Amino acid sequence: MKSIAVIGGGVAGMEAAAKLSKMGFSVTLIEKTNQLGGKLNKWHALFPSRRPADEVLNGLKTRVQLGINILLNTEVEHIENDDDGFAIALNQNRMITAHAILLATGFDIFDAGKKEEYGHGIYDNVITSVELEKAFRSGAVKTLQGKTPKKIAFIHCVGSRDEKAGNPHCSKVCCVTGVKQAIELKEMIPDSEIYMFYLDLRMFGRHFEELYKEAQVKHHIQFIRGRLSEAFENQDHTVMIKIEDTLIARPLKMNVDLLVLLVGMQPSGSINKIIHDLELEKEKDGFLKQADKHLAPHKTNIPGVFVIGAASGPKTIEETVNEAGAVTFEIADYLQNKIATKILKNENSFI
Amino acid sequence: MIEFGYSIQSNRQIDFDRNTRQVYKYIRRKEPSIDWCMSCGTCASGCTAGYASDFSLRRMILLARRGEEKEIRDGIFRCRLCGKCLNACPRGVNTRNIIYWMQQAVKNTQTL
Amino acid sequence: MKIEGKKRLWREYQKEIAEDHYYFARSCVRQQIFPGAEQICVKILQHDLGRDVFDDPGHTTCTGIGYHTDVVQLETIMTVVARQFSLMTNAGYENFAVSCITSFGIYTEILETWHHFPETEEKTREYLRKATGREFKIPVNLAHTSDIFYKFRHEIAQKSRYKLINHNTGEPLRVVEHIGCHYAKMFPHKGVGGAEYPYVLAGLAEALGGEIVDYPERRHCCGFGFRQYVVKANRGYSISASKIKLESMKPYKPDLIVTNCPGCTVFLDRWQYAISEMEGKTYGDNGQGIPVLTFEELTAVCLGYSPWEIGLQMHNVGPEPLLRKMGVPFDPSRKYLGAGGKNIGIPEKPKVLVVE
Repeated sequence: MKSIAVIGGGVAGMEAAAKLSKMGFSVTLIEKTNQLGGKLNKWHALFPSRRPADEVLNGLKTRVQLGINILLNTEVEHIENDDDGFAIALNQNRMITAHAILLATGFDIFDAGKKEEYGHGIYDNVITSVELEKAFRSGAVKTLQGKTPKKIAFIHCVGSRDEKAGNPHCSKVCCVTGVKQAIELKEMIPDSEIYMFYLDLRMFGRHFEELYKEAQVKHHIQFIRGRLSEAFENQDHTVMIKIEDTLIARPLKMNVDLLVLLVGMQPSGSINKIIHDLELEKEKDGFLKQADKHLAPHKTNIPGVFVIGAASGPKTIEETVNEAGAVTFEIADYLQNKIATKILKNENSFI
Repeated sequence: MIEFGYSIQSNRQIDFDRNTRQVYKYIRRKEPSIDWCMSCGTCASGCTAGYASDFSLRRMILLARRGEEKEIRDGIFRCRLCGKCLNACPRGVNTRNIIYWMQQAVKNTQTL
Repeated sequence: MKIEGKKRLWREYQKEIAEDHYYFARSCVRQQIFPGAEQICVKILQHDLGRDVFDDPGHTTCTGIGYHTDVVQLETIMTVVARQFSLMTNAGYENFAVSCITSFGIYTEILETWHHFPETEEKTREYLRKATGREFKIPVNLAHTSDIFYKFRHEIAQKSRYKLINHNTGEPLRVVEHIGCHYAKMFPHKGVGGAEYPYVLAGLAEALGGEIVDYPERRHCCGFGFRQYVVKANRGYSISASKIKLESMKPYKPDLIVTNCPGCTVFLDRWQYAISEMEGKTYGDNGQGIPVLTFEELTAVCLGYSPWEIGLQMHNVGPEPLLRKMGVPFDPSRKYLGAGGKNIGIPEKPKVLVVE
């Protein structure tokens, strides 16, 4: 039986492992943390429907149960690529082999502290969108002083479209995440005022634009076009923000009880070793290079190594699940061709 | 007071918390579609008044949202109420009504 | 505010500061407006800290003000800077200690330019050779004098007779630290603590017992801006910038402002007087202002130097409330007596700002 190593146990890895296993391959799912689900574990609700994240997570978990070798707390230490396939050394002196590798290694969340002037980790009431989801999960959003925030600002593109922060790309999902979170906050705290500071609103997906209009019309959430230049803490622990209102072309100052930074996705730092061992190529933005953006988006420059999900650029869950289905075909096709080539090779050797 | 030959400039920063935004709150009650505006500028690009002056409904709505009401008072009566913007708005904002209420707000509010 | 977060950043922004043997480059603004500050800077380094400082009468202005107001060309200022380095080289020094933030910015920026565009350094060497026949070495270490005081802050604190502590209540004094823009905003890694949360003066003031006030407009420029001040008609741009800062810090009731830049010292001090005359507003207690001291003046007061010897009478805002809080004895009748007891003239009292 042909074996496949899926590296990364988030949405991409779980869905692909389930599909590949269903196709009859022997699948090993390698996850570095102690649980499957990746960053979905930290999420409260998903855009655009605001469906609970746990619902999707449980759906994925149900599918993954079909005879998959799941290795938790497992890190890839070294990979060797030879004619027969891949030899993968894992921590605790374990070793597995695979005929193909699927990289489902996902992304890192931008460290908001790198935007020093925003004061994350310094000012009491500056949090990230990830921390806000955590607060949603806990059922209450409070300031550090334990008060219910009545005035909240969201800052788009924190660590995205920011060359100085090392991320020139658009993280794609933050715009709609911000709109979703703003609506959730407004429903949780109906007498709050919410302001979104954006550069562009990239409502690319189905129902996203409708969510944006709902935020404006139904929830009276205000959208102000401009990028935060700096934040400060006031004596009463509120946060003063300075932004140019670019559509009016004047600087604007506002005090808020809570400042939410919509942090972007960046290339995963933990796969550099794998990239080195397999001689994979990255693009300028640091994400893995796809063999052909249009015709072979799930292949890498190395035959037998495939990639899906945010490892090859920011993606939504919907896109990732789609890719998991598509890559299953690609891997099956590759392994079949490889057998055919090998038979041909062996036959030739008799001559 | 000493005349030093220069003066202290007033701050042109929009101080969002100091502004009351009463004109905006008033219009929103009268014409809720003001909230549908996404600042695309379609209204201003074909505006008859905008050819001859710096009048822009897009800007007027934004100024109302920020509470910068002095500028509204200076500008809002430049509109000729021709209705072209109403026709043009992709989101169906009742622009003519907004202008009418904005003018009423400016006329009726003592503090402005 | 989470101090741990600041400390994390401070660890990332540390710079090399030489131990000893400094070639001292003076500031043209400071020599004229607060001459005592530089005098006492050299004295503290030499006598209190026992360091070797060469105070060279041969060096000139860096021409930074001329450069920033567009009357001095880039090639010219580079050649002037090269000449200062040549004086340092000839005097046998390698560590360049700069008294002025404008100059510090100029030296840093020119060294950086030479590093990235070596042809500009070659051209400058050629110009200097043609004009003066001189050669020069690039300094091994470039530091602002506030960097050096920061480096020795614990030693200074150990030797200090007075602390930044209210001697009646035992409470730490509330200190606003204001860093000159050209100290770290252009090259954050050239400043202790970086550009957003500089630690150079905060560290010194903390070592001396003070408590740092972090107020909303802390990062705002004092408004000097060179041509904004030099051209009289433009001074409104300058004073309005200082006013934004003063208004923002007032609710925190700071006991003093400490600065490391000539421009900031002048304007945060002098504009308090001008604002009081123009708008009737004052920012300290009882119609007085918030005293503005350079880091050397503050250090000198703590070390026990007489306030009048170090030139605190040259400030528009009187230092007396601060001195009383610190428990520093002073003789009001000697305020306007200069060296050798000579009367230096008593300035007219402002109409609004209360000066003792």
